[in-house]
Parts: sequence; C-alpha cells; structure tokens
Amino acid sequence: MADFEIPETHEFPVIPTVMEGVMSHSAPYVAKAEFQEQLGFPGGGGELIEGWKEVFLDKLGDMLGKYRSLQVFMDICVKCGACTDKCHYFLGTGDAKNMPVARQDLLRKVYRRYFTFAGKYFPKLVGAVDLTEEIIDEMYSYYHQCSECRRCSVFCPYGIDTAEVTMAARDILAHIGKGQKYSNEIIGKVYKIGNNLGLPERALADTLEGLEEEVEEDTGVKVRFPLDEKGADILLVTPSADFFAEPHVDGLIGYAKVFHAAGASWTISSKASEAANFGLFIGNYENMREISLRIRDAAKELGVKRIIFGECGHAWRVAYNFLNTLAGPWDFLDPNYPVPQHILDFTSDCLDRGILNIDKSENDWMTLTFHDSCNIARASRIGAEPGSQFTIPRKVIKAVCNNFYDMAPETIHDGTFCCGGGGGLLTDDLIELRLKGALPRMEALKNVIEDKGVTHMAAICAICKSQFTKVLPYYGMTMDQIVSVHQLVSSAIILEGQGDEDDADADTEEAA
Amino acid sequence: MTALSILYVVLFYAAIAVLVGGITNKVMQYKRVPAPLKIPVTPAPLTRTGVAWRLTTEVVFFNSLFRATKWTWIFGWIFHAALLLAFFRHLRYVISPDSFLWPIISLQVVQSFGKYAGFAMAFGLLGLLGRRIFVDRVRYISSPSDYLMLLLIIGIAVSGLMMNYVVRTDIIQLKAFIMGLFLFDWQNLPTDAILLVHLTLVLILSFIFPISKLLHAPGLFFAPTRYQVDNPREVRHMSPWGAELEAKDGRNA
Repeated sequence: MADFEIPETHEFPVIPTVMEGVMSHSAPYVAKAEFQEQLGFPGGGGELIEGWKEVFLDKLGDMLGKYRSLQVFMDICVKCGACTDKCHYFLGTGDAKNMPVARQDLLRKVYRRYFTFAGKYFPKLVGAVDLTEEIIDEMYSYYHQCSECRRCSVFCPYGIDTAEVTMAARDILAHIGKGQKYSNEIIGKVYKIGNNLGLPERALADTLEGLEEEVEEDTGVKVRFPLDEKGADILLVTPSADFFAEPHVDGLIGYAKVFHAAGASWTISSKASEAANFGLFIGNYENMREISLRIRDAAKELGVKRIIFGECGHAWRVAYNFLNTLAGPWDFLDPNYPVPQHILDFTSDCLDRGILNIDKSENDWMTLTFHDSCNIARASRIGAEPGSQFTIPRKVIKAVCNNFYDMAPETIHDGTFCCGGGGGLLTDDLIELRLKGALPRMEALKNVIEDKGVTHMAAICAICKSQFTKVLPYYGMTMDQIVSVHQLVSSAIILEGQGDEDDADADTEEAA
Repeated sequence: MTALSILYVVLFYAAIAVLVGGITNKVMQYKRVPAPLKIPVTPAPLTRTGVAWRLTTEVVFFNSLFRATKWTWIFGWIFHAALLLAFFRHLRYVISPDSFLWPIISLQVVQSFGKYAGFAMAFGLLGLLGRRIFVDRVRYISSPSDYLMLLLIIGIAVSGLMMNYVVRTDIIQLKAFIMGLFLFDWQNLPTDAILLVHLTLVLILSFIFPISKLLHAPGLFFAPTRYQVDNPREVRHMSPWGAELEAKDGRNA
C-alpha cells in the first residue's frame, strides 16, 4: 500500500484546492459475464455490449420516466456550489469530479445533450457533451467514488440527492455491460446461498452453536441463538458479517443477550440470513425487490409475528423505507409493532421498562464516541420521533457506559461523514479511495481522542465497522478501537444466574 | 402603431406563451413521473403539515443553503428577496392604483423600499458572480450559461435602475402599452433605448426559463428528498410501475 499517501489529519477540516483527474485511475473491477447474467444484465468482463450507445440512452430515457427524483435532479441544479466541499471523497482526494455537483454533471451533461433543447442546439453554451467511451469510463470511475451517503443532499437548497444520480448511473452502466464485480458477485451469493458471505446453512448452524458455547463459557448462562425455528415471535434479520467478523459478532451476542433477558422468542432464518441489500448500491429496483422478498418468504414460512433488523446502515435504509413497498404488505404480522423494527428500538424499550440488568462499570475502561452511519442518520428513523436515529443509539450507549463524548457537531447527526467504504465500495480494489475518503471522520475522531480522551468509537453498521477496522491503523489508531453498540450492551448486561460472586453482588445493588 | 411596437407586442405574447406553456409542461412532467420509493432526507416531517413547513422554510429562508455556505446564502437570499420586491413594484404597471390588491401589498412600502430593490438585486448578483469567478470549486463547475444567466439578470437590474435614476422613461405610455396587451387594445411602446434594453432582456429571460436551470423554482417542490412524508412503515408507498411488477409475479400476495 505504498503507491499513494494517506492524507494528513488536521485540527480543523481543510478544504482542498480543486485538482483535475487525481483520482481518475480509481475504478473497481468490472463484473464478469456470469455475474452480469445472474442479475439480469448483459455483457460483462469489461467490454461494452454491441449498440451500447443506444442502450445507454434508451435506459436513461426509461429511468427519467420512472424516477421523479432523477428527472427533477437532472433539470434543477443551479451550480451554486453549496455541495462542493461537503463530500468526504472530495475532502480526502481534492479531485474536482468528486465534488457532488461535478459528479452529477457526468450524467447531466449527457442528459442535456440528448434530452434538452439547450443541449441539443447549444451544447457548448450549457456544457452538454456527446456520449463517448471516454465519458463511460469516467462515469464508471467517479460513480464508484460516491458512497451514496447523501451528505451533499442535506446542504443542497433543492434537496438534490447525488445518491439518486449515482444509483441511476450505475444501473445504466450495468445495462451496457459495465456492472461492478464486488456488488454483483455479492448479490449473486445472496441468490445462490442466502447471504453476502456465502455462508451455507450448515456453516451458519455451526457458527451459531459455537456462539452459544462461547457465551455459556463466558457467563455460565445458556443464551440461545436459534436458527429456522418455526413459531418464533421475532425474525432477526442481520448482516451476515455479524456471524463472524470482528467487532460485528460481539454485537450479535449483544442482541442475543437482550432477547434472552427480555424473554423474547426469536429466530434467525437461513433463507434470509442477510440484512444487507446491495440492490440499493447498484440502483436496481428489481434486484433490490428480489433480495427483499426473501425476507417476506422467510417470515411467512417461519410464521413469525415481528421482524427486527440488526445493526446495519444501508440495510436499515432499505428495511425502513423500502421493505413495505418492495416486499409488503405486512398484514400477516402483529400490527402492534413497527415492521420492521430496529434492534436498538427494541433494546431501548427494554431499558425503559427496566427489564435489563445493567452494570455500566463493566465498560469503564473505555471512553466512547458514536459514529452516525449515513444511511441511518440521513435516510431513516429508529424510534417514533424524527431524529430518534440520533438519540436512541446515544441513549443506549449512555445507559451501558459511563464515559461518552460526541465528536464535533458538524460531523455528527445528519451532518455525519461517511466511513469511506459505504455504497458498494467496501472492496480491496478501491482501497486508496477508501483510505482517503475516511479522512474527515478520522480527523473528527482524532480530535475527540486528543481533547476528551476517547478510546473507542461505536457504530451500528456492518460496513462502517469493517471499513474502520481496515482504515484505523493507517491513521495511527488500532483496529479494535471500533466497537458495536450491542457489544457495549453485551459487556454491561448481567444475565440472571450469571458470573462470579462479585458480579452477583453488583447485581443485587443494582436491583435495590 | 409603429413597427417596433408591433414587434414587441408579438414578442410579449410569444414570451408569455413560452413561459406559461413551458413551465406548465415541465410541471406536468414532474407530476407524471412517479417516485417509486420513499427517499426523504431525514430527519423528515411525519405529516403533510410538517412537509409544508419544511418547504416553506426552504423557500423563504433557504435554510439548507444557510447551513452549507454563508456567502452564497447571503448573496442568493438578498437577490431573491429583492427580486420579489421588484416584482411587487412592477405590479403598478399592470394593475390600477385603486385596485383591491394595493391595501394588501401596500403601495407605500412597495414604492419606497422597492425603489432600492434594484441595488440589492445587483449587489446579490455581483456577489454570486464573484464567487463563480474567484472560488475555484465554483469556477470549476460553471458553464458559460451560468455566467450569462447572471449577466442577463444583472443587465435587467441595472437597466431598471437607470430608468429610475438616470434616464426616466414615459411610464404613462408604458403602462398603456402593457394594459393594451391584456385588453387586446394595442398601444405604442415608448422608444427609449434603455427601456427597450430592459424589456428585451426580460423577454430573453422568459424565453429561456423553461429550458434552463431556472426550473429550480418549480422543481424545488418536486424533490422527493424534501416533499415526502416520513411514514414508510405506516403507509405502503407504491408507484404504478412497481405495482405492475408486483401484479405480474404475485409474490407480494
């Protein structure tokens, strides 16, 4: 990893000088034919399909007629510049085309040329260009330098959402043979095996059994991790990284302990053993729906009453906003609970009802901060109130930890910075981009480490956790400084019949 | 009638047709194209009233822009506020002094403050132009049309100011011309060069409105990120083509 430099962190963010093309070499591997076909896309392997130009323009026209967001966003940008210094990839790379408006313009200038009066007759005047292979390459590169985090949209006076443009562009590119290897292969695995990691049912059963043993060893309590249990009340849908990646799996143990303490009947499904939905990343409605329908099928087969999602950012966006549209209606589930519900909502409720026995001092060796994941912060909600996506995670952390400090206000809540690996970019072929894109978050984290003595950052997204595990060491921190929120819950929760004498004493005090 | 007046009568009707027809056409398109998914940028309002408030604050105060960059906000907001004031001041060319509208709008306020609106407009626009030229990021994203648009509106503001402070035009005759357009009783247009410049620039602006970024005005109300209510779990959101897809395979049954 020595052919590029890790950007320097500063006490205050520095807006870079615009540079042309410094990241134009960055592009993910293109999907092979096999992984194009599986998702319903033509071509593959890097060659554009025959007649690609017509297909591109037809597909663009088709999407303009299907997505109001795209049609409106193509027309109304005034180039005011409000978004230009808001993207973490621009702040980390300085590449001109990583300014959200410039990235959108890659598609917009083609839209203008072929779909507007001004662009047809006065292309130079309005910045419209012919569709060429060079433009396609540029699109493939820069639409994979957007993590669809929507930070720019928060600041846009018209709410123009670059993510919508990126998704549309990726979908169009996939339709002319330029799908992205990473996302397409993962979706292929979901179809074939049931989850992103390609963990088959047997391996999943073994893993969950292993976790039961581990927890019993640690606590002396038999906490169950049920799989495919018909008649369970709750179907837990969680990102497959939770089954073995660190620190994700500690979060999964946390959910299980909360369910155990709450006396809830729950199960994981081997059929829908994945919360993630990479159909979102590639901007394809049909694939996103296909992946979502697995959850409907699993819920029906198992006869559950409720659906709860584990800690995952984009999965929660799809679940919260789209699941009803794509895989609903959910009239066969218990109407007394939101469908779907977030695990933090469940845990927060348990805390409110006082049914969890918590020893906060278990987490005293840490000082926490919290990373708002973009898809949860800007594209969904957790509880009943707007903004509960910010308050509930913090409330739960503070309920199980004594030491908590937020990062700088402009870098949290809906102004949060992406981890740098979201939106289908969490792949090694984009490592330079991921490292540079993490800069704004690393800067904010470093400042709170230095000022407040923060030791760990908690997150509620599988991608964030994996990304930080990878990038923290490059910025002079250690990979274990990123933790799951339910990992903190897991450490602090005292289960009935758990542990040694000391813990038991603390138990009584807490209860008294 | 002079040939020049006939030309401007024709141009005015054409401009109104293009402006109204073009914007209506675009708005109809925005209404027609469905939003297949719920994509409000959150935290978002939970009710339609909340959404109305969200959009109102965006339209009136430009909140998001305020959060983004104070300079663009101050220049942009001053320009738009002055534009509104100038619009009110121009109403006296199309409605009579005893119209029922005046007590509502307040002729006094419009006449006194409106007089300076042109300066505020020019100030805001020059600020925006300055940012386009001197801030490297904004310069990079600007096309020739972005500069021309600013220059066009600066031209309108300056020529308007000149008629107020330098060479006054025959506003009695101008009003007769404008009212004549409404009543189809066409009158001559005063022939001062500065008035013709002012009117020509306004005509150009009307012609390009529906084919340019000026569509941000109606478009603002059609951005699903801002107008959608945050209630996806409570209300099932469906687009016609999404429903079709579902009906075809019956997997949501």
